[in-house]
Amino acid sequence: MSGTASTYVPKSRVAKWFEARLPIAGLVHSSFIAYPVPRNLNYFWTFGAILAAFLGIQIITGVWLAMHYEPSATGAFNSVEKIMRDVNYGWLLRYAHANGASMFFVAVYVHMFRALYYGSYKAPREVLYILGVVIYLLMMATAFLGYTLPWGQMSFWGATVITNILAAIPVVGDTIQTLLWGGYSVGNPTVNRFFSLHYLLPWMIAGVVVLHVWALHVTGQNNPAGIPIKSGKDTVPFTPYATVKDVFATCVFMILFAWFLFFQPNFLGHADNYIPANPAVTPAHIVPEWYFLPFYAILRAVPSKLGGVILMFSAVLILAFAPWLDTSRIRSCNYRPIYRQFFWVFIGTTLLLGWLGSQPPEGGYVIASQVCTAYYFAHFLIVMPLCGLFETPKKLPGSILESVTGPGKQVSGSGMPAGAAAAPTTKG
Amino acid sequence: MTRVLPMTAAAALAAFLIGTVPSSAEEGHGGPIPARVKWSFAGTFGRFDAAQLQRGFQVYKEVCSACHSMKLVSFRNLAQEGGPDFTAGQVKALAATYQVKDGPNDAGDMFERPGRPADTFPPPFPNDQAAAAANGGKAPPDFSVIAKARTFSRGSLYFLTDWLPLIGYSEQGPDYIHALLNGYEEAPKDFTVPDGGHYNKYYPGHIIAMPPPISDGQVTYPKDDKGQPVAPETVDQYGKDVAAFLMWSAEPHMMDRKALGFRVILFLIILSGLLYYVKKKIWADVGGEVHGLQPELHKAY
Amino acid sequence: MNLANTSAAAPVAHGQDTHGQGTHGQGTHGPEGSRRDFLFLATGAALAVGAGSVVWPLISSMAPDADTIAAGAPIEVDLTPIQDGQIVNVFWRGKLIFVRKLTAKELTDMKAVPLTAMIDPAAFTTRVKNGHDQWLVVYGNCTHLGCVPIGHQGNFEGWACPCHGSQFDAVGRVRHGPAPINLPIPPYAFQTDAKIRIGEGGKEAA
Repeated sequence: MSGTASTYVPKSRVAKWFEARLPIAGLVHSSFIAYPVPRNLNYFWTFGAILAAFLGIQIITGVWLAMHYEPSATGAFNSVEKIMRDVNYGWLLRYAHANGASMFFVAVYVHMFRALYYGSYKAPREVLYILGVVIYLLMMATAFLGYTLPWGQMSFWGATVITNILAAIPVVGDTIQTLLWGGYSVGNPTVNRFFSLHYLLPWMIAGVVVLHVWALHVTGQNNPAGIPIKSGKDTVPFTPYATVKDVFATCVFMILFAWFLFFQPNFLGHADNYIPANPAVTPAHIVPEWYFLPFYAILRAVPSKLGGVILMFSAVLILAFAPWLDTSRIRSCNYRPIYRQFFWVFIGTTLLLGWLGSQPPEGGYVIASQVCTAYYFAHFLIVMPLCGLFETPKKLPGSILESVTGPGKQVSGSGMPAGAAAAPTTKG
Repeated sequence: MTRVLPMTAAAALAAFLIGTVPSSAEEGHGGPIPARVKWSFAGTFGRFDAAQLQRGFQVYKEVCSACHSMKLVSFRNLAQEGGPDFTAGQVKALAATYQVKDGPNDAGDMFERPGRPADTFPPPFPNDQAAAAANGGKAPPDFSVIAKARTFSRGSLYFLTDWLPLIGYSEQGPDYIHALLNGYEEAPKDFTVPDGGHYNKYYPGHIIAMPPPISDGQVTYPKDDKGQPVAPETVDQYGKDVAAFLMWSAEPHMMDRKALGFRVILFLIILSGLLYYVKKKIWADVGGEVHGLQPELHKAY
Repeated sequence: MNLANTSAAAPVAHGQDTHGQGTHGQGTHGPEGSRRDFLFLATGAALAVGAGSVVWPLISSMAPDADTIAAGAPIEVDLTPIQDGQIVNVFWRGKLIFVRKLTAKELTDMKAVPLTAMIDPAAFTTRVKNGHDQWLVVYGNCTHLGCVPIGHQGNFEGWACPCHGSQFDAVGRVRHGPAPINLPIPPYAFQTDAKIRIGEGGKEAA
C-alpha cells in the first residue's frame, strides 16, 4: 500500500514453516504493525480501537451472563436478579454488560461524528463507510434484543412496541410480527428466541467488523486534513505510534465506563425495568434506551403508523447515501466554512431530537420533533448536495506533513523543528 | 447560502423549546418532588448503616410484610457482608420462626416446615390473584427490588448533571419511598377521592390503594443504655429506616460495588497517566504527537 | 514487555524513512534510556496486572453461587422405614447417595474379606460408623466415570456398573475394575440410632 510498510520476514525455522502454509503472522504484521497511519490523526481516530474493545467486553460479559441467564417468561427476571444477588461478581458482569452497551453507543456515535465531520464517507471509502452503517444497524438490533431479556416492564413493552412497528410493513407485516412473537402476543417464545438472536447478532457484528477493517486497510485511513497520503513522510507505522495512542485513549474512556458501572449503574436504564413484565399494565412513560431516542422522536413526529415507521428507518438508512448526497470535493469540514456551520446545526438538531424523544408525546414537544425531523432530512437531502456546489473551500494544506508542521517547513535531519514538536504537546 | 440561515433556525428552535420546557414541567404527573434525605449510602464512599438496616428490617417485618412479599430475598442474606449484619445464629433463629412450604414428600404431599437460612421470605399471599383479592383488586407490589423500581422526575434537564461525581443523584428510589410514607394528607377540596382510594401527594395521580400503613409509635425500637429508643419512633424515621433497608435489599452488593469501583478507577487513572508518558516518549521519536482535536486549526506552528 | 520491545526497535527502523537516524532513539543507554525503560516496564506491568484482574471475576463467577451453596445445607434421613438388605436413594447437593441396611449374612461376609482381595484395600470398620455396623452410606456414582451402579448385582453381593463393568461389594468396595477406588463416603453422622444427618459430622465434602 505504501513504501513505509516493511514486509514481515519470519526469523525462526518454525515460523518460516508455518508462514509458508498459513501467512497469518504476515497478515497481522501488515495490518497492525507496519500499516502506515497518517501522522496527523487526532483522538477521534482512537474510537475504532475503543469500539473494538467494547465489542470484546460485550461478547465476553455476555457469554458469561448466558451461563446464568434463563430465557423464559417465568424465569428471566428472577435469573437476572439471581445473577445480581447470588452469583460471584454477577452484579459486576451484569452492570458491565448493561453499561457496556451504552458506552458502546457513546463510542459509536463519536465514531460516526468523526466520519461525518471529516468526510470519511467520501470516495474511495464508500464501502468502508456503508459497512459501518451495517454494523450500526446490527448494533441497534442487538441492543434492542438485549434490553428485552431481563423481562421487566420496559423489556416487555419495548418488545411490544418494536414488534408492532414491524407490523406496519404492508402485506407481510403481520406475518413477520407473528413469526417474531412465536405466539399471538409477546410471551415466552418471544423471550426465548430473542435470547437466541441476541447471542447470534454479535458474531455477525464481529464478522462485519472484519470486513470493515479489511476495507479500511485497502483504502487507508482518512485524516483531519482530509487529503490523501502522498509520501512516506506523511505516515508513521501503526505500531507503536497508533497502538500506544489507541491504548491510552481506550484506558481513559474506560474511566468513564467504570464510573457508570460502579457508581451510576442504573442511571442509563429505566426504573420500570425492575418491575417484572406485566401484560396488563403499561408504564406511564414508555421510552427506549437513550441511544434510540432521536429515532424514537422521529417515529412519533408524524401521526401515522406507517409514515412514522418509514421515516424512522429512513433516518438510519439515509446515512448510507451520504457518499453520493455530498457533492463537495473536500472531505474535511475544517476546510468547508459554510457546511461546517450547517453540520453543527445538524448535530444540535440530532441531540435535540434525542431529548425530545425522552419527553411525553404532547403539545410543543411534537411540534419541535417535527421541525427537527424536517431539518434532519433536509441536512442530507438539501444541505449536503447544495453546499458542495456553492461553497468555496479554504485552502488545503499541501500534504499531511505540512498540516502538522506548517507550510513550507522542511523536515530533515535529526527530528522536527522545535516549535512543531513542543507547542502542540503543551497546548493540547 | 449564508451563515445566517442555520443560526436563525437554531435560535428559533431554542427559543421555542425554552418556551415549552417550564410549562410542561409544571403540569407533570407527580405533584411535589420528594425531599432529598441524607442517606449514609449515597455518594462515592457511601456505606449502609447496619443499625439502620436492622431497624428497617424490623419495620418491614412488623408492618409491611403483612401485605408485601419479598420473594427474592433469603434469610441468609440478612447475615451477608455489607448488609444488616445479623449474625448467622440470629438468622437461623429468625428463619425458624417462619413456616415454609416444602415438598412433595415421599407420599406426594406438600408440607410445612420451619424455615432455614437458605429459604426466601415466605410471601403473605400464595399468589398474585389472592393478594389482589385480599387488597381491593390490586396486589401489593413485591419489595425485593422496589427501591430500584421507583423513581420520579425532578425536571427534564437534570439528566445532564445527575450522573456526575459529587453533584450526582441516584437515590430517587429511597427518597420516593420515604416521601410516600409521609405523603398521606387530606385531599384538596376540589379533588374527589374514590372509594377504597387514599390521597397521597407523592403518589403519581395522588390516588393510592394502600391506606396509611404506619403511624407514630407503631414499631417499638430497641432501647439504648438510658432506656430511650435508639431512634425516634416516628413515621419520618420509620420511613427512612425502611427505605434504607429496601435499598439494601434491592442492591445487596452496593458496598462491594463502590469499594471495587474506587480501586478500579484509581488504577485506571494511574495507568492512563503511565500510558500518557509512554505515548509521549514514543511519539518523541517522530517529533512529537499532534494534540488537540483539530490541530490544523490551532496554527501552533 | 511487548510494548517495550517494539517501541525500542521501531523508532530506528522508522527513522530511516522520515528523518534519518533520530537522536531520540538512543536505545537503553544513559540515564534517559533507563528512565524510559522503567516507564515502559511499569506500564507493561500495570497493563498485565489490569488484564489479569479482569480474568478473576470471570473465573469466580463460574463457581457455585451463593444460592447453590446455601441449598447444600445438611439433610436428615430417617432410617426407620428401611428394611434389611434394602438400598435407599437420597440426594444431597444434587449428588446421589445410597443408604443401605446390611443383612446379617452380608455383615459376616464383608467382615471376612481379606484386604489382599481388594483393588483399593479398606477394612470393614472404615466403611461404617462405629456402633452402626448395619448401615452403609456411600455416594452412588461409580468411581470410574460416574454411572450409577445397579444394586444387588454382580459377584460380590453389592453393585455392578452397567457402563463399563465395575463391581462393588456390599460395603461399596471396588472388587472388579475398571473403577480405581471404593465408593466414597459422604460426611454424615448419626443423630439417633434411627436418624442420620448427611453433610455434617465428617469432613465437608467438596
